Amino acid sequence: MALLQISEPGMSPEPHQARLAIGIDLGTTNSLVATVRSGVPVVLADANGRTLLPSIVRYVDSRKIEVGYAAQARLADDPKNTIVSVKRFMGRGVKDVAHLESAPYDFVDAPGMLQLRTAAGVKSPVEVSSEILRVLRERAELSLQGNISGAVITVPAYFDDAQRQATKDAGRIAGLNVLRLLNEPTAAAIAYGLENSSEGTYAVYDLGGGTFDISILKLSKGVFEVVATSGDSMLGGDDFDQRVFCWIAEKAKLAPLGARDMRLLQVKAREAKEYLTLHGEAAITAKLSSGEFVDVSLDTETFCSITQTLVHKTLGPVRKALRDAGLTADDVKGVVMVGGATRMPQVQRAVGEFFRRDPLNNLDPDKVVALGAAMQANVLAGNKPQGEDWLLLDVIPLSLGIETMGGLTEKIIPRNTTIPAGRAQEFTTFKDGQTGMSIHVVQGERELVSDCRSLARFELKGIPPMAAGAARIRVAFQVDADGLLSVSAKESTSGVEASITVKPSYGLADADVERMLRDSFDHAREDMHARALAEQRVDGQRLIEATRSALAVDEKLLNEEERAAIERAISSLQKLLTGADHRKIKQAVEALNRATDEFAARRMDAGIKRALAGRKIGSL
Amino acid sequence: MQSHFDLFGLAPAYALETDALERSYREIQSKVHPDRFAHAGDAERRASLQWTTRVNEAYRTLKDPVQRAKHLLELHGVDVAFETNTAMPPEFLMQQMELREALENAKDPSALDELRKRLRQEKSFMDRQIGDSIDHKKDYNAAAGLVRKLQFLDRLDEEIDAAYEEIE
Repeated sequence: MALLQISEPGMSPEPHQARLAIGIDLGTTNSLVATVRSGVPVVLADANGRTLLPSIVRYVDSRKIEVGYAAQARLADDPKNTIVSVKRFMGRGVKDVAHLESAPYDFVDAPGMLQLRTAAGVKSPVEVSSEILRVLRERAELSLQGNISGAVITVPAYFDDAQRQATKDAGRIAGLNVLRLLNEPTAAAIAYGLENSSEGTYAVYDLGGGTFDISILKLSKGVFEVVATSGDSMLGGDDFDQRVFCWIAEKAKLAPLGARDMRLLQVKAREAKEYLTLHGEAAITAKLSSGEFVDVSLDTETFCSITQTLVHKTLGPVRKALRDAGLTADDVKGVVMVGGATRMPQVQRAVGEFFRRDPLNNLDPDKVVALGAAMQANVLAGNKPQGEDWLLLDVIPLSLGIETMGGLTEKIIPRNTTIPAGRAQEFTTFKDGQTGMSIHVVQGERELVSDCRSLARFELKGIPPMAAGAARIRVAFQVDADGLLSVSAKESTSGVEASITVKPSYGLADADVERMLRDSFDHAREDMHARALAEQRVDGQRLIEATRSALAVDEKLLNEEERAAIERAISSLQKLLTGADHRKIKQAVEALNRATDEFAARRMDAGIKRALAGRKIGSL
Repeated sequence: MQSHFDLFGLAPAYALETDALERSYREIQSKVHPDRFAHAGDAERRASLQWTTRVNEAYRTLKDPVQRAKHLLELHGVDVAFETNTAMPPEFLMQQMELREALENAKDPSALDELRKRLRQEKSFMDRQIGDSIDHKKDYNAAAGLVRKLQFLDRLDEEIDAAYEEIE
């Protein structure tokens, strides 16, 4: 029987209830949701006790949507409307996606990100992903019996800015308060490191359904520090299926296939791959729509040889990450295997040979990412007292820069820089009297802009006319803790300031996201207004609590007048909280935020001084 | 403006107290990192983002020998002038040309390994000289010349990285 828990006297100063926070692994093939219950991370199951949710969405008609197993069952019957592996399309245009020809969808090319025409109309991959997230959110609400205060969603470490932004928007549309985007290998490292109280340098080899990541981390007491990361966001278990599919088509001498048959054989290919993990040979049989039978047999040896180049392809990023970290394979104390695709024996063997040690498989490779995300969500929600929590230092996977004359890339923040990161650089004009400057933000390692990913283009206008080379335009990059970039540019020599700040977008403007948000509420028949009001109230209450507890600790940092101003902002927000106008509450929240700006800055300074004072006493 | 050394409570010197720097970096991060403020108001989140960015940049600067030296020399009023002062002693240039030739001829990983080993030796020799010039002789102008050389060697190191990728 579970015993009731009583906290130690003085340990819980406020009778504050733990906030419900969840971690979501939004995978290419399967997705999961986990939480921390009584200090233990657990994956949450659906009503039938199943923990995995196949990342498959079927648009039945304009109103009905099926997600997960129900959609999976109709894969071959309704290929056009049943979307699998949508993660591959996140933040991607038609030209970026490999094997597009063998995907049975009706693609619509759109600037930035492709879209799909379905029975429910044209859908962006962001909307499709949000359907998966919504099912997981509802699962968690049912299972935890309450409102979810926040969620951590995992992304491949090698995801670029567009793919990250798309994921965060999908979370918002699904009605989640996204506390953080967390890199999948880092999430796995948290789960693994805490479970085994590991110290030292570890590698996380994460081969998922559609993406490959390798991260090198230093684990020491209470700190998870990513030193380098690399990968391939277009390589995963799906590609192994594709090789088997092509092999079947060739072996059975099949004529070009229709969408249904293609899907059928893709499913068979995947089943054969999974079967070969534990068996020496897999029989593949199928009846095509023409009445023709496919009956072939794939043995382990053939499977290894047709997928050898894929396995080999993962080792390039592994070497690169080690070089970036300034380490060799011998410095690595353990290799944690993550992702369902690492179950393939040839992958295990290749990794074992490369690092000259047996890979670590003691956590379920399908669940470890969700568990780590839940643990991090629990910390971000503030449910762990200081001292029992940990510090996570992650990096950006790809360099960020801008285009200069001649189509060349000037890197401003190099890859593997610890985030949050900020850096500014000065540029100048090319022509006499030039009054505008076009700024093109790119991500990638290549020298030519055309080989990098374009993130945003914007124009700085109103530069006062000067001789070429006289203007000083300062371009500042800021990457936040989610790995998301914002860019600002400013001309300041003449005292006239021209300035602009942009967030890169991948084709979806804020207005599109708002529309999707509205559509999603219509769809769920939820009252948008009621939800916005509830959210604003929670936000407002949270801010009041946070401000009061900050005042209780650091009141001395304010003078009488400053303190009174903050109190006034608190009480006007307090009054509005009982009202029904969510816009007014939002304004009052913003006003309180502004009123505490200076206080927040002073508190931060004081915190640093205390940290340093502690260090000096400690080192005496 | 507070120097990066002040931020971490370290004495400004080229010889780095790595342990003290790391300890201090982590202690400050544990106070200011955005993970501590995920549920806080916008004001605190903004302040946290600004501080963490500044602390990360300072840490990066101090960990990197070229950047650390440049920062120290600036504190002493000496500009390293990477862009404008590209004059190098002839014997240094000769040696660089020879290293670059070796890089062009290196067609397999073991040749690159060998070259990298040689380069690392050069770098650690340069590192000692810079330390001696700044911390002991306090000859900042001489140090600036050495830092420019070290930056040259860093670039070659990056080219070796690119060559490894080319081979793979």
